[in-house]
Amino acid sequence: MAKKLNTVIVASLAAGMTLISATAIASGDVAQERQTLMGNVGAATGVGAKMVKGEVEFDAVAAQLVLRTMNTAGLAFGYMFPEGSETGAKTEAAPAIWSDRAGFDAAVNKFTADTSAKVTDLDSFKAAFGAATANCGACHKAYRVKN
Amino acid sequence: MFRKLGIAAFVLACVGFAGFWFFTLPNGLNPDQIAALPKGDAAAGETVFWAGGCASCHAAKGATGDAKLVLSGGVELKTPFGTFHAPNISPDAKHGIGGWSLGQFTNAMKRGVSPKGEHYYPAFPYTSYARMTDKDVSDLFAYLKQLPADSTVSKTHELGFPFNVRRGLGLWKKLYLDPKPVILVDVDNEQLERGRYLVEGATHCGACHTPRNLIGGPDLTQWLAGGPAAEGTGSVPNITSHASGLGSWSAGDIAESLKTGFTPEFDSFGSSMADVQLNMAQLSDEDRAAIAAYLKFIPAVKSVGSK
Repeated sequence: MAKKLNTVIVASLAAGMTLISATAIASGDVAQERQTLMGNVGAATGVGAKMVKGEVEFDAVAAQLVLRTMNTAGLAFGYMFPEGSETGAKTEAAPAIWSDRAGFDAAVNKFTADTSAKVTDLDSFKAAFGAATANCGACHKAYRVKN
Repeated sequence: MFRKLGIAAFVLACVGFAGFWFFTLPNGLNPDQIAALPKGDAAAGETVFWAGGCASCHAAKGATGDAKLVLSGGVELKTPFGTFHAPNISPDAKHGIGGWSLGQFTNAMKRGVSPKGEHYYPAFPYTSYARMTDKDVSDLFAYLKQLPADSTVSKTHELGFPFNVRRGLGLWKKLYLDPKPVILVDVDNEQLERGRYLVEGATHCGACHTPRNLIGGPDLTQWLAGGPAAEGTGSVPNITSHASGLGSWSAGDIAESLKTGFTPEFDSFGSSMADVQLNMAQLSDEDRAAIAAYLKFIPAVKSVGSK
């Protein structure tokens, strides 16, 4: 009897945990994760902006890393706005992402393309960084709600 | 007895109607005021154009680059009162403002009165533009006149009763159309006064960043403190120096963000502010610094329901 009860407890715990993780994926975590990813893009943008303005010294490896960080995020964004993630984590994702998926995908693809440049010197970085960051406002205008 | 009451009611209704008619009369400039308007300078008008953000509503939806200079109308503003369609204000003689006089344009900008003598809806932010100088309005008119003409036909607003009765706006204007400054500043402080002039006037920041009451009037006790969006969805940020607003931003941070579109944390502006920032980027560093100085000066107000 005791053993049976244990089995029941373990089984319900397991079921409960499955339920918890399923809930987490469906209703909030992905919204949280994409915000973290956006934060990484913001941090990279901060480094890039300081370099472009001459507030920190230009370094080709670091500059390339700035673009790569943005590019990685761009590649992930295509997967991080699934159906069912319209809410959660105080998301500022606009309903237009789901009602105009083709437009959103095109904007993400443009960002990914604009962040895949190779950095050789400060001038090439300035050009690439300018093109890359022009995507921020353009995409947020259409696909981010007022906040 | 009932007959007398009936007559009394009829007389009262007539007086009421006459009163309504009288108090809602569109109030344009008189001929002497129109004759005194200064001559416009198109080159100087370009700054006014970007400060005023005309293109953000009056250019076609999604227009970028030079297409922003074709003011064919087209952007819709969805509000609790209905949907407003920004009209064609290109210099087309038939469908735009090509046939307008400077007096008619100034009446539109500062009195909210159309050439036909009707009230405009305050979705067109004339309550802010009323604080502009006649010279800036004349310069803007000269600038608009030399932009490309476009023959797009303006759409009619889609509004329900009673908001579809334009005449009623006469009462609304009695309450809310006032060209006096919102915040008193020391006019000898040129930077602060310039910032006040821009923010309260041409740039019409308060049109979105100040919450509105049930009939769409601004709540001046919450000046620039943000709140639920009056247009579209979501909420508008508090841009006063309260902790729930821009308290942690320096004046330099504010000016820089208007130039680049990035917050101090390198988040970027979104929604309608993305377009507004591109307009602000066209201003001089001095004007952006003046706007920032004004925003740091005004009372820090906690927005209703702020985070």
